[in-house]
Amino acid sequence: MDAHAAHDDIRSHVKTYYMVFGALMVLTIITVGVSYLHLPIPMAIAVALIVATIKGSLVALFFMHLSNERKMIYWALALTGFFFIFLLFVPLFTNSDKIIGTLVGTQW
Amino acid sequence: MEIPYTVEVRPDTGLSNGKLGVWLFLASEVMLFGALFSSYILLRVGSAEWPHGSEELSVPLAFFNTVVLISSSVTMVMAWASLKMNDFKKFRLNLGLTILLALTFLVVKFFEYEHHLVAGEGPSHNTFYAIYFTLTGLHGLHILGGVIVNSYLWGPGARMWQTQKERFTNRIEIAGLYWHFVDLVWIFLFPILYLL
Repeated sequence: MDAHAAHDDIRSHVKTYYMVFGALMVLTIITVGVSYLHLPIPMAIAVALIVATIKGSLVALFFMHLSNERKMIYWALALTGFFFIFLLFVPLFTNSDKIIGTLVGTQW
Repeated sequence: MEIPYTVEVRPDTGLSNGKLGVWLFLASEVMLFGALFSSYILLRVGSAEWPHGSEELSVPLAFFNTVVLISSSVTMVMAWASLKMNDFKKFRLNLGLTILLALTFLVVKFFEYEHHLVAGEGPSHNTFYAIYFTLTGLHGLHILGGVIVNSYLWGPGARMWQTQKERFTNRIEIAGLYWHFVDLVWIFLFPILYLL
């Protein structure tokens, strides 16, 4: 790619960055706006996390260039994602004795 | 001895060493914040009652800080894009704005902390404030770390642009990856702590 084509390529990226910026602002306003609706807690958590995930994905895909990255990074992140989700479920194990106890109780 | 693969990519990874290193560092950061998010869930689920964030904390200040941090991510990526377009002046402007926005975030956070501490709502006040100070404190330290690195790259570190343009551009790119990650963490912290 010659220098001129590279500049044009970056200019199109810049346009995308400003569009993502606009989307992030709109989504931030939506997040705050929804919180004033006083939805039931489970619904409020779901909406807040969905909007935050969309915002996070926009940052990761465009600002961190994950939409066009090398395979090695995707593999590293997939492994991280697996352990991250595992970690979020770790608190459940603190109740595992009760869960198993209940199951054993119903069997016997 | 010359550090290898700072500009050219390693044939086996397809990446420069710096970029792969920062991504692995960010992977460890995901686990660090993941452990604290996990603690938050455990504390909240196990608690008899949990205050609504908006009744305890200032939503307008946090909203302002969210806008500040998102704007700083845009200026950071624009700093990198400016170097790609060979415009050093614009790079300096954008990275300078990133640093100023980060400092604004910290000043607002300072006033938030001060307000709570004066009101006797420190980390020992209750479980909510304990996890609030832990999560936002760790995040704040990451902001401070970013300010230090970005200030070096804006000031003395920018001399590299005179001799090794591509290597310096790569440095800004990986500093940006870290900065966007810090922004990403805040995107989740904001609703979890202030709005739910």
